[in-house]
Amino acid sequence: MSDLIYRVKDLRVSFPDLSRKPLFGAAPRIDVLKGLSFDVAKGDVLGIVGGSGSGKSTLGRAMIRLLRPDSGSILFEGTEIAELNEDELRPLRKQFQMIFQDPMSSLNPRRRVGGIIAGPLRLQGFDNIPSRVDEALEMVGLAKRFSERYPHELSGGQRQRVGIARAIALKPDFILADEIVSGLDVSSQAQVLNLLEQLVRELGLTLAFVSHDLSVIRRLCTRIFVLQKGEIVENAPTAELFDNPKSAYTRALLDAIPLPDPDQVWS
Amino acid sequence: MRDARGQVRRMPGLRLWLSGSWLLILILAAVFAPMISPHDPLEQDLFAARLPPFWQQGADPAFLLGTDSLGRDLLSRMLYGARLALTVALVAGTLTCLVGATLGLIAGYYRGWADLVISRLVDIWMAFPPVLFAILLIAVLGTGLTSIIVAIVVIDWTRFSRVVRAEAMSQGAMDYVASAQVAGRSRLGIALAEILPNVLPTIVALLTLEMGIAVIVEAILSFVNLSISTDQPTWGGMIAEGRTSIYQAWWVLVFPLAALFLTVLSFSQLGEGLKDYFDPVLR
Ligand SMILES: Nc1ncnc2c1ncn2[C@@H]1O[C@H](COP(=O)(O)OP(=O)(O)OP(=O)(O)O)[C@@H](O)[C@H]1O
Ligand SMILES: [Mg+2]
Repeated sequence: MSDLIYRVKDLRVSFPDLSRKPLFGAAPRIDVLKGLSFDVAKGDVLGIVGGSGSGKSTLGRAMIRLLRPDSGSILFEGTEIAELNEDELRPLRKQFQMIFQDPMSSLNPRRRVGGIIAGPLRLQGFDNIPSRVDEALEMVGLAKRFSERYPHELSGGQRQRVGIARAIALKPDFILADEIVSGLDVSSQAQVLNLLEQLVRELGLTLAFVSHDLSVIRRLCTRIFVLQKGEIVENAPTAELFDNPKSAYTRALLDAIPLPDPDQVWS
Repeated sequence: MRDARGQVRRMPGLRLWLSGSWLLILILAAVFAPMISPHDPLEQDLFAARLPPFWQQGADPAFLLGTDSLGRDLLSRMLYGARLALTVALVAGTLTCLVGATLGLIAGYYRGWADLVISRLVDIWMAFPPVLFAILLIAVLGTGLTSIIVAIVVIDWTRFSRVVRAEAMSQGAMDYVASAQVAGRSRLGIALAEILPNVLPTIVALLTLEMGIAVIVEAILSFVNLSISTDQPTWGGMIAEGRTSIYQAWWVLVFPLAALFLTVLSFSQLGEGLKDYFDPVLR
């Protein structure tokens, strides 16, 4: 089907458990993703929720092939990417990008903002790079002069905007945003979320938004995956999930959301 | 905030100036030694033996810093000694840095079996006492400038590889590395364009430190007569000679020792100063 961006089948990821590695031989492996299958439609804003350690980041990173799955199939716009090596992935990389949680760590401290945004453009062989950098900065609401600054000269919210600008400058089809507001103060959080909402609308992005925070997900996302211990326990459109949660785990998550008014109920 | 930063910045400036000036003087002295030396450093004059420096009684103004027990001019010998000290510092320091930092970067960023091999090698290397190792190597290689340089590189590369490995490892865990991967940068590209620039200040600080150490090692080897041919003036050789006549002519020991001390100190301070200077956060 042409309106699918991802078609994932039986995706498995495991990590070696080095703490239980015997003196000789291979370490036992921990299954982190236990055979996930799902589709993502173009234009969806996908929310991935679940407890800490449930495998949310691992799932996202496997989808953009920051790590190699043990087995399973990942069809991205009809191309099988699960088994590709780094050289084969390189030409595809501009189509799926990522925004990181901690912008201090994800921006190279020795580069100026302009260089940080231009780097991926150059690697992917784009032309008119300076104008694309300016355009990306403008889209995230930063003035041109910011391109001369170093990351440590920016506020947390501005840094995260640079991270967003770097991703959207490539005009990708898919962006993974992994806990991108959890390191920010409340007002920067709101601004970054507004920006993200606006970009999704204007660019027609498909976005996967990983978060602990169901109230943020509810506002932003059209579809939600609930992950528990490496399995998708619920996969439903946002309204349906909040109206009528099917799994006990989802219900527990919903009950844990602090409401502004104690008498209010989700409806 | 601003004020505190201003204070942090003033210190490295002063450090850089003082250490840089001394090293510059030394470089000029080494380069122009044949022109500015008042005497032939090897010329003996037993009638002018143990002349004190110029401010003391009985000094000869022709021998500004006095003479040693064979009547050789101390100033000229020190100027020529600076040539050897600086050659060893620059060549041995740079080579050690290249070898050690490259291996450290490979081990720290590529990990896997490369790291396993390099780290084991470092462990084994560290088990040798360095001075004995140096003497042993010189005994095998024979004396001479090349042997000294080779010995320093062979012994000291571990200093770089250990530190650079740890640093490359912690930089490799940063998200900007993952982000470069997402952008399609190759492993080698990431190592050279993302990690190396962030490890560079540490490498520079280590490099200058290593240059100081090379000067000391050369002095030690000269001191035990394992450096280069005995008649060529070296600071270590001068210190060894001065030691035997410390009560009759303290200056024969003190001047080369002071030059050695200042040089080693300057190298390490230069490194610290440059490190701060390179750091965009402090700059
Ligand atoms: N590189 C790795 N090596 C070994 N184990 C790992 C690695 N990365 C993740 N894990 C393990 O996989 C599990 C899932 O990790 P993951 O980061 O996907 O969780 P998460 O849902 O994103 O959690 P959080 O909400 O805390 O970010 C955890 O138990 C973690 O310890
Ligand atoms: Mg995570």
